[in-house]
Amino acid sequence: MAIAQTRTARLAALPLVDMNPPGGFFRGALRDWANIWTHHELLSQLMLREIKARYKGSALGMLWSFIRPLVMLCVYYVAVGYFLGASKGIPGFGLFIFSGLTIWGLFSEIVQTATVSVISNAAIIKKIQLPREVFPLAGIGPALLNFSIQIGLALLVGVFTGSLTWRSLVIHLPLSIMVVLVWAVAVALLASALNVYFRDVGYIVEVGLMIGFWALPVVYSWAMVSSKIGAFLQEVYLANPITMAVLGVQKAVWGGNDALYFPDNLGPRMLVALFVGVVALFLAQRLFSRLQANFAQEV
Amino acid sequence: MGIEVVRLSDVSKIFTVRTQKSLKDSLINALVRRHHDEEFRALDHVDLSINAGESLGLVGPNGSGKSTMLKVIGGILVPNGGKVQVRGRLAAMIELGAGFHQDLTGRENVFLNAAILGLSKTVTQSYLDSIVEFSGISEFIDTQVKFYSSGMYVRLAFAVAVHVDPDVLLVDEVLAVGDEPFQVKCMEKIHQFQQEGRTIVLVSHSAAQVLQVCDRAVVLDHGRVKLDGSPELALSELQDHYQTMIEADAEAASRAHSTYDAKIVDLWFGDGTLAPETQIELNTGDAIVIGGQLEFAHPVPGWKLLVRVENSLGMHFIQVDSEANLAQTLPCTEHARFSLELPDNRLPSGDYLLSVFVYDANGVQLDGRVRELPLRVTTGQRSTGPVYSDATLTFS
Repeated sequence: MAIAQTRTARLAALPLVDMNPPGGFFRGALRDWANIWTHHELLSQLMLREIKARYKGSALGMLWSFIRPLVMLCVYYVAVGYFLGASKGIPGFGLFIFSGLTIWGLFSEIVQTATVSVISNAAIIKKIQLPREVFPLAGIGPALLNFSIQIGLALLVGVFTGSLTWRSLVIHLPLSIMVVLVWAVAVALLASALNVYFRDVGYIVEVGLMIGFWALPVVYSWAMVSSKIGAFLQEVYLANPITMAVLGVQKAVWGGNDALYFPDNLGPRMLVALFVGVVALFLAQRLFSRLQANFAQEV
Repeated sequence: MGIEVVRLSDVSKIFTVRTQKSLKDSLINALVRRHHDEEFRALDHVDLSINAGESLGLVGPNGSGKSTMLKVIGGILVPNGGKVQVRGRLAAMIELGAGFHQDLTGRENVFLNAAILGLSKTVTQSYLDSIVEFSGISEFIDTQVKFYSSGMYVRLAFAVAVHVDPDVLLVDEVLAVGDEPFQVKCMEKIHQFQQEGRTIVLVSHSAAQVLQVCDRAVVLDHGRVKLDGSPELALSELQDHYQTMIEADAEAASRAHSTYDAKIVDLWFGDGTLAPETQIELNTGDAIVIGGQLEFAHPVPGWKLLVRVENSLGMHFIQVDSEANLAQTLPCTEHARFSLELPDNRLPSGDYLLSVFVYDANGVQLDGRVRELPLRVTTGQRSTGPVYSDATLTFS
């Protein structure tokens, strides 16, 4: 009975809280992000679940994080580099492709897993109240883990071949990662929420990622692009934030001192991409917040 | 005066039943401006207030809005109109094991599930032994849950759920899990929760469970609060509703299946001098006498009469079948007047209702009057239980 009385006393001091407070555009955003932060333990548990579950029962386990990009590297090296002759204009072609593949892998993995994340967690969403952003966000964990293993390998090779530039490593690599994370999460939030209402989104994302890969200077160089298209189209090409990120990683790992392979003002351009990305992320979350109200009945 | 922990003000929830789910369909719809969407009002301007320490049962037929209400209180569904306010920490036990990952072990899932329910890692760590012990499956805690039996699965899930420390607990049809010893354990836990002053909102189709747990019940019907009162009152109301539905179904079926037609024109207690619908009051040992007037369109060979005495919650106490119990062949006429005597009743104190049914030889119901004649029995205080006994205790 004593417990009951202390509980009653404690409750009496608490206010009645509105379950669905009217959300202002900015105030609502602040509340949502604060709410996600209070659930950071859940988020890390979900990330852990993704990582653990991914390699459970597979004999090679973590090794797959290496094998997949290495196989891709070999395929591109032979097909694009050797047969199509792209490697002629790019010294150290192997490391060049690999550095681009790692950062592209980070982006595409986050977007891919996020797109189905809300639907595949329908059981939880229908039964428990929590900030639904955690599901698309949880995909960041394993993607980042994969990325760090791969970039670690790339950096090691970069040190050995002497192509790694310390200055770019400090400036461009972190910027690249930030640009990719911000944009990937923005796209992830959007795709995961829309996929609940239109299952077409899954296919659109798949096609988009395929186009996205070839729109990036991963298996060909910026020098090849700039020699083929005019100044205006060059600007259009560079407006892609992920292009910035790919170039940033290449500059850090593969060829920091060679101006031919990078556009002017790479650093400032990346900063712009990051800034616009933050705005995009903010807007994506607002849209997610609108759409998530009906998740429990639509998913 | 209690402290309000849940307040619903003018809450409505409308579901749009969408018939299609692709971008193409939506585009076409937008272009031709045709609406295939149908609306379903699951909650219709509901006002409800729940105080701290109350145990509220939500009852009603399927589709009456019980689960929707629970999810709206829990913030899982967002209402289309009105306001939902809650005081204190709220936890929902709506489906156990939501979020269990098949490939992870029991232990890993405990942490994951606890995090989903809002427990921090350190708190979960401190409860871990207690959770495992409560679940009673400590041998299998490091086995992947995909190898669990369904019983083990819900045991573990329930064990995690009861270790969340809520002020308000929302429960949806999950108390009857596991085997009987485990159910007893669950019930004990619920009673402990009640003693600790927690508020419980329970959705259940089991009248016994609502009676056992709740001190207040709300009957929902088509998204509206039909009745808000004691569990006995609410369940009795619900039972009336169910019986009417069952009868309507049975009658519809009989019309399709029987070539005969019969009507119970009148029913009465005693010799027929009492006005209908008056409740008669009896004491232990009194005879219950029921009479009735039946009309048949054509004489029905081999028809049967069935009389039932049940309490307001629908529990059957006495049933008499003219064929199965009395082995009587009933007169094959167009008009029949019957009188049935149930001498020396031993019913416990309480309110009862009588139902009368007429069947043809194949057991197809021709007519039925359900829960119509009200009866109150008053006994002494000399015993409790389903049969009253005028107990005496002597020593020699």
